[in-house]
Amino acid sequence: MNSDEKKDRMTRRQFIKTSTLTTVGTVILTKVPLLSGESASGEGIQDNGRKQLLSLTVNDKPVRLLIEPRTTLAEVLRDHLKLTGTKISCNRGQCGSCTVLMNGKAVYSCHMLALDAAGSNVTTIEGLLSGEELHPLQQAFVNHDGLQCGFCTPGQIMAAQALLLKHPKPTKPQVLEAMSGNLCRCAAYPKIIDSVLGTNK
Amino acid sequence: MTNRKLTRAKYFFEDSEIEHLTEVPADGNQRMEETDASKVIGKPVSRVDGYNKVSGSALFTFDVNLPRMAHARTLRSPYPHAKIRRIDTSKAEALPGVLAVITHENTSEIPWYFDSFLFDPHLRYAGDEIACVAAETEAIAERALKLIEVDYEVLPFVVDTMKAAEETSPVFHEEGRLVFGEEITYERGDVEAGFAESDVIVEDNYTTQAAVHNPTEPHCSVVKWDGDKLTVWDSTQGIYGVRDEVAERLGLPESHVQVISHYMGGGFGTKLETGKYTVMAALLARKIGRPVRIALTRKEMNLAVGNRPDSLQQLKVGAKKDGTLTAMTTTTYGAAGAYRHRAICYWPIMTMYQCANVQLAAYSTYTNLGKARAFRAPGHPQGTFALDSILDDVAEKIGMNPLEFRLKNYAEIDQVSQRPYTSKKLREAYELGAAKIGWTHRRKTPGSDSGPIKRGLGMASQIWWGSGGPPAAVTVKLNNDGSVRVLAGTQDLGTGTYTILAQTVAEVLEIPVERIQVTIGDTAVGPYCPMSGGSMTAPSVTPAAQDAALQLKDALLSGAATMLEVSEENLIYKDGVIHTASGEKEPLGIADVVQRLRERTLVRTGLRAANPEGFMIQSFGVQFAEVEVDTWTGKVRVIRIVAAHDIGRTLNRKLLENQFHGGIIMGMSYALFEERIVDESTGKVLNTNLHDYKIPTIADTPEIDVITVPHSDTKANSMGAKGCGEPPIIPTAAAIANAVYNAIGVRINSLPITPDKVLNALNA
Repeated sequence: MNSDEKKDRMTRRQFIKTSTLTTVGTVILTKVPLLSGESASGEGIQDNGRKQLLSLTVNDKPVRLLIEPRTTLAEVLRDHLKLTGTKISCNRGQCGSCTVLMNGKAVYSCHMLALDAAGSNVTTIEGLLSGEELHPLQQAFVNHDGLQCGFCTPGQIMAAQALLLKHPKPTKPQVLEAMSGNLCRCAAYPKIIDSVLGTNK
Repeated sequence: MTNRKLTRAKYFFEDSEIEHLTEVPADGNQRMEETDASKVIGKPVSRVDGYNKVSGSALFTFDVNLPRMAHARTLRSPYPHAKIRRIDTSKAEALPGVLAVITHENTSEIPWYFDSFLFDPHLRYAGDEIACVAAETEAIAERALKLIEVDYEVLPFVVDTMKAAEETSPVFHEEGRLVFGEEITYERGDVEAGFAESDVIVEDNYTTQAAVHNPTEPHCSVVKWDGDKLTVWDSTQGIYGVRDEVAERLGLPESHVQVISHYMGGGFGTKLETGKYTVMAALLARKIGRPVRIALTRKEMNLAVGNRPDSLQQLKVGAKKDGTLTAMTTTTYGAAGAYRHRAICYWPIMTMYQCANVQLAAYSTYTNLGKARAFRAPGHPQGTFALDSILDDVAEKIGMNPLEFRLKNYAEIDQVSQRPYTSKKLREAYELGAAKIGWTHRRKTPGSDSGPIKRGLGMASQIWWGSGGPPAAVTVKLNNDGSVRVLAGTQDLGTGTYTILAQTVAEVLEIPVERIQVTIGDTAVGPYCPMSGGSMTAPSVTPAAQDAALQLKDALLSGAATMLEVSEENLIYKDGVIHTASGEKEPLGIADVVQRLRERTLVRTGLRAANPEGFMIQSFGVQFAEVEVDTWTGKVRVIRIVAAHDIGRTLNRKLLENQFHGGIIMGMSYALFEERIVDESTGKVLNTNLHDYKIPTIADTPEIDVITVPHSDTKANSMGAKGCGEPPIIPTAAAIANAVYNAIGVRINSLPITPDKVLNALNA
C-alpha cells in the first residue's frame, strides 16, 4: 500500500465516521434511511473515499444517499433510485430525454451533478402519477398520440409540465419555445404540440 | 384448423425478391374488403401501449437492470486505417473494478461483415472495435479503456467517396475498391435512340450527404447466461434476426437464445443488423459469470452503427415537346464505408415514371468510415431528389406544368418485371394533393416574388415496396373471462404494432380493444414474424392476426352449436355474442363458451397467406411543399407539406398521421439540416453528438396535411394495407428542393440546402 492509498483510506474512515454521526442524527429526526451510495451494479466496488452525502426530495419523498461527487442527477434517479422513467439519450445536455423538474423548473438531469440538486425538490415522470392514475398531461399525450417510440416521452412530458406550471393555458409559440430543448427523432412533434395544447381542453 | 400448405412464397424486401419455403393458408386469408364496415380498423384508436410509455413504466432495454449486472464499454480505433501490432490490456485488467477484457488475442475468430471478424486486428475506420471491457460500473469500464495500450501500424486511408475509386487510393478488401469489385448496372431499351428522338435533353449532377440515424434510445443489449442458454434484451428491429445471428456467432442452437425487445426507442434501419456489442457482451458475460449490460454512447452511435450513404448522381434525361420521356441515364457513386454495403440510389429512376429507354450504373466505393446501413427507404430520398429535380428542369424547358409532365409519364405497370400492380392510386393522390396545396396558384415564373423573402411550391413523387409477406404467424388465446391475449414474434419500434394487432383481433371478434392484450418482442413467446424494416410489419402481421381470430371465431361457433344443440348455420355471431337465428335459445357470450371447455382457453395460430403471383405490390404517393426562402440570409423555411399517398387501407388514422409526420419531418431534416461531416485530413467524423449533428426541434415543425387515397388493396393482402414507414420520407427532400427553385429561380443541386449554398447559388 503506497502512501496515497493510505491517505485515501484514512480520509475515508474519517469521512464515514463523520457521516455516520450525521446520519444517525438525521434518521432520528426525519426517519429517512441512508441508501447505499453504490448502484446495484456496484457490488464489491472499491470505495475511493470521496463519497459525499446527498439529501434531496424526489417525488415528494425525502431521499438521502452517499454518492461519488461525479454522479449526475440522472444517474442518481436511474441507478440509485431505480426511477428508470427518466431516460438518458445523449448524456450531455443536448436532447432533453432526461428532463425532470427541479423546484418546478425543467432541468436536464444528465447535465447536472446530483450534488448541485442537494436540498431541492425533484419531480420525475413517475412523480406525476397518482398511484396508478395518469396525470391529465400524461393522459393528453395518450389521447393525442404525442409519441412514437416513447423514449423521449418522459422528458417531453416533464418539459411540458414545467411550461404548464408557469403558463396553465400556453399559446402555440409558448409551447414551441418551451419544448424546443427536447428532441424527438421520431418527430412526433405535431402531436406533441396537440398534446400540450389539448391538456386543458 | 384451416387448410395449410408448404409453398415457396415471395416478397420484396427493398429491391430483392426474397423466396422462402414457408407454411401458408392454402386458400389465402379472408379478405377485408373496402366496403366491409369496420368498427375498429381504420379508427383513431389510442396506442394500447400508451399508458406504459407516458407513465415511465415501459421497460426499454436501456432500463433493464439485473442483479449482479456488470457494465461494458468498447475501445475503438482512433485511426481511420491501421493494423494492431501489439495490444497490452494488463494495466486495464489491474484496475480495481475491472472484471474482464476481451480482444482479438483472447477470443476466437468470429466472422463478421463477410471478410472480417468481431475483433479484427486490421482496423478499417475510426471507430472499429478493438477491445471490450466489463467492469462493475460504466465509469470504471470507461477508465479502463484508457489503460489499454495499443501499438498501431498506421496505414494510408481514404474518406472521399470519389477518390476511393481511384487507382491511388488504398485497398483494404480483397474485392478491391468497389463493393462486389464492380459497378451494378441496369438497362432497358436503347438510350441512344431515346435521346435521338428527344426534343430536349437536360444533364446535371446532384449530391446528397451522409446522414446518421440517431434514434433516441442508444443501441444497447443486456445479456444473461443460464448455463448454456442465453437471454438477450436488445434494442432491435428484429428479435428473430438477432436470435439467429447471435446463435450462429456463438455456436449455439437457436433454441438456446431468447431475445426480448418489449419496447425499443427508435430504429429507422440502424437496428436491423445484429450489433457487435451484443456478441461482445455475451462473450464477457460468459467469461465473468454475470449478466452484462452494454450501451453505446451517442458518439459511438454516430461512428459505428450505420448511416445513409452519400451520393453523387450524374443524370441525363431526354423528352419530347409533348412531355414524353424518351431516355434516362444515371451514374451514381456512394460510399459503403469500411465494410460491404450497396450504396445504390437509382431505384426510383427504374420504376417511378414511364420511360422505355433507361441505363443505370451504380458504384459503391469502400471508404475508411463507418459502414452504411439501411436508413428509412434506402436509396430513395437521394434518388428521388435527383430524379424529381431534373424532371422539373425538363418540364420547364418544354414549358409544361410539373404535375402535368408527371401525369404524362404515368407508369401503369412495373417496367422492370412487366407485372401489373395490385393497386396504384397515384393519379387520385396527385389530384387530392394538388387541390389541397392550391397547385394552380404556383408561381409561373420562379423567383418572381418581390422583396427579400420569397415563396415557392414544389412537388415530388414516391414509389416504394412494402408488401410484406409470409412467413408471419400470430397466436391468439381466448381467456375464460372473454379477453384475448395476442402473441407474436414481431416488435414495435414506435410504429404501433401493439395497437394494430389488437385492433385486427378486436375487429374480427367484434369485442372492444380494451379486452385484448398484446405480447410481442420475445422470441420465446411469440411465433415467427419478420423483422420490422422495409415497411413490412403491418402488411405481414395483421393478416396473420386476422387469420388467427377467424379460426377462433369458427371454434367458438362450433362450441356454441354443441352447447346449444343447434347447427352452426343457425347461429349468428355479433359483438362477441353468439345468438340462435330464431332467438329460441339464450345467447352465449364468447366467455360463456370458453368457460365450459375443460381447458378453459382456446388457442389458435394464424398465418400470413402468400402474396399473389404475377403482381407487383408497391405504395405510391406525392408530396407538395411550400417554402419561404430568405434571400438575405439564405435560410429556407418549410411552411407546409401536403402528403397524398396510396398505402392501401388505413389501419389506424391516428398512428398513420403520426408515422407520416415523422417521416416528413425527417425528410425535411435531410433536405435542410442534417449531415455527417468528416475531416479529410484525419479521417474522423467531426459532429458525433446531437448538438453538432443537426436534427429538427419542435420549433421547426411545418404544417402537415396527410391524405390517403381511400381504398383497400385486398389483392395485395387480406387486410388491404401496404406498409407506410418509409413512403413518407421519400419525396420530401425533392419536393422542398423544387419549391426552393420555384421560390428563388436558382436550383440547388446539393443536399442539405443550407443557407451558404443558397447564398452562393444566388450570387453565382
